[in-house]
Amino acid sequence: MLDLINLSKRYPNGHLALAGLDLSVRPGEILGIVGGSGCGKSTLLRLISGLDGPSSGSASLDGTPLTEPRPEIGMVFQEPRLMPWLTIDQNVGFGIRHLPAAEQKSRIGEALARVGLAGYAGHWPRELSGGQAQRVALARALVGRPQVLLLDEPFSALDALTRSDLQDHLLDLWQYDRPTMILVTHDIEEALVLADRIVVMQPNPGRIRVEVTPPLARPRDRLDHEFLAWKYRLLAELDHASRPPGAEELSPAAAI
Amino acid sequence: MSEFQDIAPAAKSGGGFRWLGRSALGLILPLGLALGWEAAVALHWADGRLLPTPSKVIATLWLLGLDGTLPGHLLATLQRVVLGFAFGVTAGTIFGAVSGYWSLARRLLDPTLQALRNIPSIAWVPMFILWFGIFETSKVILIAVGVFFPIYLALSGAILDVDRKLVEVGRIFRFSHREMITRILLPATLPSYILSLRAGLGLGWMFVVAAEFMGAEEGLGFLLVDGQQTGRPATILAAITAFAIMGKTTDWLLASLSARALRWQDSFKPVE
Repeated sequence: MLDLINLSKRYPNGHLALAGLDLSVRPGEILGIVGGSGCGKSTLLRLISGLDGPSSGSASLDGTPLTEPRPEIGMVFQEPRLMPWLTIDQNVGFGIRHLPAAEQKSRIGEALARVGLAGYAGHWPRELSGGQAQRVALARALVGRPQVLLLDEPFSALDALTRSDLQDHLLDLWQYDRPTMILVTHDIEEALVLADRIVVMQPNPGRIRVEVTPPLARPRDRLDHEFLAWKYRLLAELDHASRPPGAEELSPAAAI
Repeated sequence: MSEFQDIAPAAKSGGGFRWLGRSALGLILPLGLALGWEAAVALHWADGRLLPTPSKVIATLWLLGLDGTLPGHLLATLQRVVLGFAFGVTAGTIFGAVSGYWSLARRLLDPTLQALRNIPSIAWVPMFILWFGIFETSKVILIAVGVFFPIYLALSGAILDVDRKLVEVGRIFRFSHREMITRILLPATLPSYILSLRAGLGLGWMFVVAAEFMGAEEGLGFLLVDGQQTGRPATILAAITAFAIMGKTTDWLLASLSARALRWQDSFKPVE
C-alpha cells in the first residue's frame, strides 16, 4: 500500500505546488492523475520517487517512509533519458547493476524482448526512434521488477499512433508483475484507457478536485459510448479545474 | 578506419581506400602552395632568398638529420612538451573536476584562477627564471601553465553543463557519488574534455617555443633563434616545418586515441 498523508510541497520561490494531498494506492492498482499544467501532478511523482522531499506531510510504501529513491520504485520520465554513451542493453542494465553478470544478461534480454526490441541490444540510443527509445526507458524501469512504477507523462512527446500503441503495450507489460502504477498525464483518454481510478487535480494550489473509478470493462475501447461519456465528464471537470478561482461565479454576471 | 578520422570520429566510412582518398584531400592545399612557390622561384618569377623554396627547406632538414642535430632538437622539444602537457593536464583535470563538482571549492578557487588566466603566460617567464632557474624546470612549468587553463575551464564548465535529467536517472537508480562520477559525469564531460586536451596540446606546442626562446642549447625553438641569428631562413623554415609536423602528428594521435571513446556521439555530420 502506498500512502500519501497531507503531502505538501512549497518550492524555494514560494510557489505552493501541492497543498495537503491525501491518497492511498492499493498494490497492483493503476492510478491515473490528470490535470492541467501547474496542478502539481509532476511534483507529486517527484515526491513519491524521492527525487524531491515534501515541505510537510509524508509518503510511505508499506509503512516505509519515502524520503529518497528506493529500489522498489521505478520511474519513467516524459523523455526517454537514455545515456547516449551506453548501448541499449547497457542502458537497461542500469537498474540491476548489483546482480551477477549472467542474471543481468538474461533479465536484460527478457526485458528487451517484452518491449519488442530484442534485436536492438547493441545499438546506440541515437539509432532509435522516439517510440523505441521510450520502450527502452520502460524496459529500464521494469527490469528491476519494482513494486511501484511512476510514469510522468510518458507518451506525451509521441505521435498519436505510437502513443495508443504504447498505451496498450504498457498494459501488457503490467500483466507480468502487476506493479502498482501511477500515471501522470494531461491526456484524459490515456488515463481512461489505462487507469482503474482517476484523480483530477486542480492548480493554485495543487490539490485533488475529484476522484473517479470508471466501471469500464477491459480491454477498453476508445470509441465505446460509455468510454466517451466518461471522457466528456472528465473533460468538463478538467475544464472547471483549470479556470481561475471565482471564474464560475463571475460567468453569470458576464452573461447579463 | 573511420575511428582514425580527425574531427568526425563517429562518421561512417566505406573501406580504407576512400579514407585514403579523403585524407589526400587535405594534402592538396599545402602541396599545391609548396609546388607553386618552387615553380615560381625556378622560373625566376620570384627570388627565393628570404622565403626559401620547399626543396631547400627539405635539404636543410635532411642535412640536420644527417649530422644528428635534428633528432636531438626534436627529442628535446618533444620531451618538454610531453612533460609540460602531462603536468598541465594533471593539474587542470584535478582543479577542473573539483571546482566543477563541488560548489565550495569553486567559490574558493574559481575567481583566483579566472584572474590568473588573464595574465599572458609569457609574462611569468622572468619570475619562473628567478624561481626555477634558466634550465628545464622553468620551461616545463611555463608549458604546464599554458596547458592548464583550457583544461581547467573546459572540464569545470562541462561538469556544470551535465544534463540534470540524466543525473536524475542516476539518482532514481541510487547511484553513489562514485558511480555518479564514473557512470554519468565522466562520460558526459568526455567530449569537451578531449577537445580541451587537444586545445591544450596545441598551446603546449606554442609555449615550448616561448620557453626555448628564453635560452636553450637544444630544441626546435633554439633552432629558430639560431637560424635568425646566423641569417639562415632555410633553417628557420625547417624548424617551423618540424613544429607543424610534430604538432599535427601528436594531435592526430590524441584524436585517434579518443575517437573510440566518443563513437556514441550523435553529432552533426557535415555534408559530403
